[in-house]
Amino acid sequence: MRIYASLIYIFLYAPIALIVALSFNAGKQSMVWTGFSVEWYGKAFSNPLITEALGTSVMIALATAVLSAIFGTMAALGLERTKGWLRIVFDALIYIAIMVPGIVIGISSLITFVTIFDVVNPALEALFNLRLRMGMWSVIATHVLFNIAVVALMVRARLQGMDRSLVEASEDLYATPMGTFRQVVLPLLAPSILAGALLAFTFSFEDFIIAFFVAGPDVTLPIYVFSAIRRGVTPEINAIGTVVLLTSLLLLLIAQWILQRGNKQA
Amino acid sequence: MTQAVIELRNVSKRFGETLAVVDNNLSVNAGEFLSILGPSGCGKTTSLRMMAGFEQPTEGEVYIQGTNVTGVPAYRRPVNMVFQHYALFPHLSVADNVTYGLRQRSPKPPSAELARAADEALGMVRLSGLGRRRTYELSGGQQQRVALARALINRPAVLLLDEPLAALDRKLRAEMQFELQNLQRDVGVTFLLVTHDQEEALSMSDRVCVMREGRIVQIGSPRELYDRPNSRYVADFVGKSNFFAGPSAGTVTSVRPEMIELAPTEKKLPQGLATAVPAKVLNRIFVGDFTQYRLASDRLGEFLVVSPRRNERDVGTFEIGDQVAAGWRGDAAQVLADN
Ligand SMILES: Nc1ncnc2c1ncn2[C@@H]1O[C@H](COP(=O)(O)OP(=O)(O)O)[C@@H](O)[C@H]1O
Ligand SMILES: [Mg+2]
Repeated sequence: MRIYASLIYIFLYAPIALIVALSFNAGKQSMVWTGFSVEWYGKAFSNPLITEALGTSVMIALATAVLSAIFGTMAALGLERTKGWLRIVFDALIYIAIMVPGIVIGISSLITFVTIFDVVNPALEALFNLRLRMGMWSVIATHVLFNIAVVALMVRARLQGMDRSLVEASEDLYATPMGTFRQVVLPLLAPSILAGALLAFTFSFEDFIIAFFVAGPDVTLPIYVFSAIRRGVTPEINAIGTVVLLTSLLLLLIAQWILQRGNKQA
Repeated sequence: MTQAVIELRNVSKRFGETLAVVDNNLSVNAGEFLSILGPSGCGKTTSLRMMAGFEQPTEGEVYIQGTNVTGVPAYRRPVNMVFQHYALFPHLSVADNVTYGLRQRSPKPPSAELARAADEALGMVRLSGLGRRRTYELSGGQQQRVALARALINRPAVLLLDEPLAALDRKLRAEMQFELQNLQRDVGVTFLLVTHDQEEALSMSDRVCVMREGRIVQIGSPRELYDRPNSRYVADFVGKSNFFAGPSAGTVTSVRPEMIELAPTEKKLPQGLATAVPAKVLNRIFVGDFTQYRLASDRLGEFLVVSPRRNERDVGTFEIGDQVAAGWRGDAAQVLADN
């Protein structure tokens, strides 16, 4: 059993480990080890195409994280008071949003955007000489769509674990409903909101498929990597891959840590 | 006549099909320590929550210091509650928990004043110096005291306590009983405590209100309830009692176990007893300061007798299987409604 499990892990992680290792390769050839160097990191981060794509990705991920955190928290709070069939429908929608494959979200969002543009663009053009087109904002909109569900699930788990009498204690001690929300509910939910935001950031930052469909002319880091690979894998790409990987891993670990710390307190 | 600090007037509360509280009238006097006593599910917590403002009565009104507060939310009622599991805020320090109520005032008191108030309140519950701790670092008994300080710092018209000792272990519970009583005397705040533990209610309160299935069945001082219960239910719930067939249908005769005299033979029983019967010892439980016997008599069936240690000097002790005589004076027997 242990051997079997080990084999699976090796199978899963060996390619990743290889990429990380090769990103420190001194040689130009991406697959032949010639010595240790961080030269490719320097190259990657001085390539304006890459830094611009990185900037775009970070912007998208940040916006996604913030918006998902806000709307996801609101969704979780709203759902807490909802009962009956409405609750079932919304629960189902949340799970669907998480489970639907990225490619389906990508294609359907693309179709939606195009359809909307077809309707509103003629009017906008006539009135304000404006045209809507896809770009960073449409990627953000689509990422927020499914990350709301991620945040909502995490916040709701926390809400369910929260002692209702804390809210009552606050009201008993003369805090208005708004005051209770600000001084008790929000601080207690904060770990799950923060962890949800970090997850949303990660999912957005490393997403290729959805962005591929709805990014329009804008280039995110995964899209850049994809187009670069078609010209052959370079150690530069490995370096980018390693940075993305470590960033994601770090954020996931931080999210996990925040959640655990929060649970210990409650 | 002193004014009632808090009053329920014909209050009923219905949850769907469940009638949790049925047409209750209760009036709590300023400065008293009143307990609501009853078995689990009889509507004690619901009554308390209607006073605090977490529930609104289906019918009837709640008055606080003569003002009708029916429909007023909890945060605008001058009462405070100690929750069953304390409900301390885990994200705040002990001191911030304690000053939470003061900090809701507008304008907010200056921080020096808050710090002084926290020190004073923590001193009152003997937790001086623990203000900077987190609440989950404290023991159960300490958390309980933080909850008390957090409520009392606001000088509420009434302090509502929902089974405050239930979560503590036995020894701590006994200690806290004294402490609650002293605290109430010291601060002079009206205490309204809810419990299913009769010993707790009797030991601490000035008055006890016995509830049954949503209704108040009797209100009185602990001694009144014990000596003059108005029904079999109260006699049974407040202390132990023996119930024998009553003089008429629907009544029982109640005799407290400690009111029954024991002797080796009927001749050796004291003079002037209204009832005396031969009986056999079924069980004997030695409790230290007294011994509990379960006896069986042909005429009366089984009954309990509590015999104080001091009596053993005169009448000796009895073994299981011994034939003895038991009897009681006329005023020891009470005829009660059998319900
Ligand atoms: N929020 C509620 N919803 C439905 N039923 C309730 C609710 N609160 C209490 N009850 C019911 O009301 C009755 C009295 O409950 P409660 O006041 O908690 O009793 P106690 O505190 O004496 O144990 C019980 O039958 C309980 O199930
Ligand atoms: Mg209760």
